Amino acid sequence: MNAPTIPATGATPDLEVRSLSKRFATHLAVDALSFSVAHGSFFSILGPSGCGKTTLLRMIAGFIQPDGGDIAIGGRDMAQVAPNRRPVNMVFQHLALFPMMSVAQNVAFGLARRGVARAERLRRAEAMLERVGLAGAGGKRTDELSGGQRQRVAIARSLVLEPTLLLLDEPLGALDLKLREHMKVELKQLQSAFGTTFVYITHDQSEALVLSDHVGVMNHGRFEQLGTPQELYYSPATSFVADFVGANNRLAGKALSVSGSLVEVGTSGGWVVRARRHGAIAAGAAVEAFIRPEAAMLGRTPAELPAGQPAHSGEVISLLFDGANSVVLLHESRSRVQLRIALPQTGAYSDLQVGAHICFSFDPERAICFPARAAHA
Amino acid sequence: MPESAVTAVWYRRLVLALLLAPALLWLFALIILPHLDLALLSFRQRVAPRQYVLSLAQYRTFFGEPLYWHVFVRTALLSALATALTLLVAFPIAWIIAKLARGRMSALLFVVCLIPFWVSETVRTLGWMILLRESGVLPALLVHLGITHQPVELLYHDATILVGLVYTSLLFMVVPLVGSLESLDNALIEAAYDLGGKGWSILREIVIPHAAPGITAGCIVVFMLTLGNYLTPTLLGGKSSQWFTEQIYTQFITRFNWEQGAAFGFLLLALSTAMVWLGLKISGQRFSDVMRRA
Repeated sequence: MNAPTIPATGATPDLEVRSLSKRFATHLAVDALSFSVAHGSFFSILGPSGCGKTTLLRMIAGFIQPDGGDIAIGGRDMAQVAPNRRPVNMVFQHLALFPMMSVAQNVAFGLARRGVARAERLRRAEAMLERVGLAGAGGKRTDELSGGQRQRVAIARSLVLEPTLLLLDEPLGALDLKLREHMKVELKQLQSAFGTTFVYITHDQSEALVLSDHVGVMNHGRFEQLGTPQELYYSPATSFVADFVGANNRLAGKALSVSGSLVEVGTSGGWVVRARRHGAIAAGAAVEAFIRPEAAMLGRTPAELPAGQPAHSGEVISLLFDGANSVVLLHESRSRVQLRIALPQTGAYSDLQVGAHICFSFDPERAICFPARAAHA
Repeated sequence: MPESAVTAVWYRRLVLALLLAPALLWLFALIILPHLDLALLSFRQRVAPRQYVLSLAQYRTFFGEPLYWHVFVRTALLSALATALTLLVAFPIAWIIAKLARGRMSALLFVVCLIPFWVSETVRTLGWMILLRESGVLPALLVHLGITHQPVELLYHDATILVGLVYTSLLFMVVPLVGSLESLDNALIEAAYDLGGKGWSILREIVIPHAAPGITAGCIVVFMLTLGNYLTPTLLGGKSSQWFTEQIYTQFITRFNWEQGAAFGFLLLALSTAMVWLGLKISGQRFSDVMRRA
């Protein structure tokens, strides 16, 4: 059999998208998007529903014709290539296993379409099932499998064709929380075991952060930021990314003064904080500041707080216990702005009561300030 | 307390019996009873005026007279052919209604399939005669277009009977097909296409296996309707139609031989039962699944 040619040089990306656009009536779903995905990497497209990520994925698969731009897979232009001839396979949102066939027949379906002889394709299907940990399940009906096993069949069915690219359309969306956590780990292990390039779309930021080598955060048909999960989390490029990726406290206000890399932000309630400047901000401009829950430190008195950081105070309104992810919700004393601050895992604040007054501070370098979004929905 | 519980159980049973009564009465009085009477009728022979004996003579006559079983086999084969043709015509229509048309368009197409049934079957069939007879619209059109030199008689051919039967049966095939195609997830078709499938292989591997209960249901209904149809073969086929229902009609009405007619009726019932059984066996479907679709 002729495997889809994978260039020996690592220089050619497995997927290259250049100024790709798609418009539905008046709605611009994908807006002049360009990016490339390196061979063997796990790439996620993260965005809220309606951001255009499904349209983008379906254009790569070939189910939707783009209005403009190019898609190259494994260095080959895909403009005139039908979906059933692309070196790309897709794992559908609800998996789309064929209920009229056995598990082995599902996996062998693509091989049969390529004209592989019956004995050979059953052998390869069985070998593939073994690699995904489903040895001996070939004779079962698809509805006899658990949710996780069904997902592995869907992936095996695609990978048996040795595609250059595997597209995954929110396959974990329909699973319950516990299974989803489990399948996240399994997906990452499968990807590193096979070394196939995965392009994964999701609206769940934690899935994208855990699984990916690189993430494109998509909004209104464009990438707000493209980077590693760490870059997205610690150095968001836009206020949308800061808001969407990970938990964050958002403060809207005005820039009171700008000194070097720090901005003094005044909220409408009269609270003043300092944060690192991102982008051009002039004094008096509308801004948005973000403080991660774990960036703030708690103290019962101002003396307990790190020296040199401005001290703030607030009233506890709620305690959300969640093991290592426990947080306290408080109202800043002056402005009543609601904040979410991580509780230290030492148990030092286990006696904290609703209504208690508490101090907190944060390093202004770890808070980030953006110019306010022009049209904030 | 146990006594009131017992009363409640009896009360529930009484309500259930009363609710079922009309259906059971209908089943018994109008279906089982006449058939029992016909069965008795078919197993007797008149030996003298008002004198009857139990015998298999009526069935022996059927097998002894080539004309009868010739017509019988011909009716079965033409009915099977009409069913197959109806399936071929109905499948694309059902596909368009279930998968391609959206909202109002899909409802409109359904109505188009239903419209012929607003007219009585007799009038509809007479309409076909007006179109097809030698002095009718279609032969005149053929002459006008220069395809034939003189008007040809398009009535009284087997093909004409088939056209009429397909036309009459179409809706009964389209309805179960639309039902089973609508429940086919489009993602399955996309997945098959994504895995390298082409039109024909997707139809064979995905669409037909999924729609099998609907296809079988439609085929059973259409085959039964066609086999038992009297009007369409008689009017469109004329003297040469040789449909088995005509034989039954002749025995009962023209020759007043109720015993022979009853035997013929039971043979037709046996034929239709056998064909349905065969159809289910070949398609590997269960009767209960199929009937839920019909």
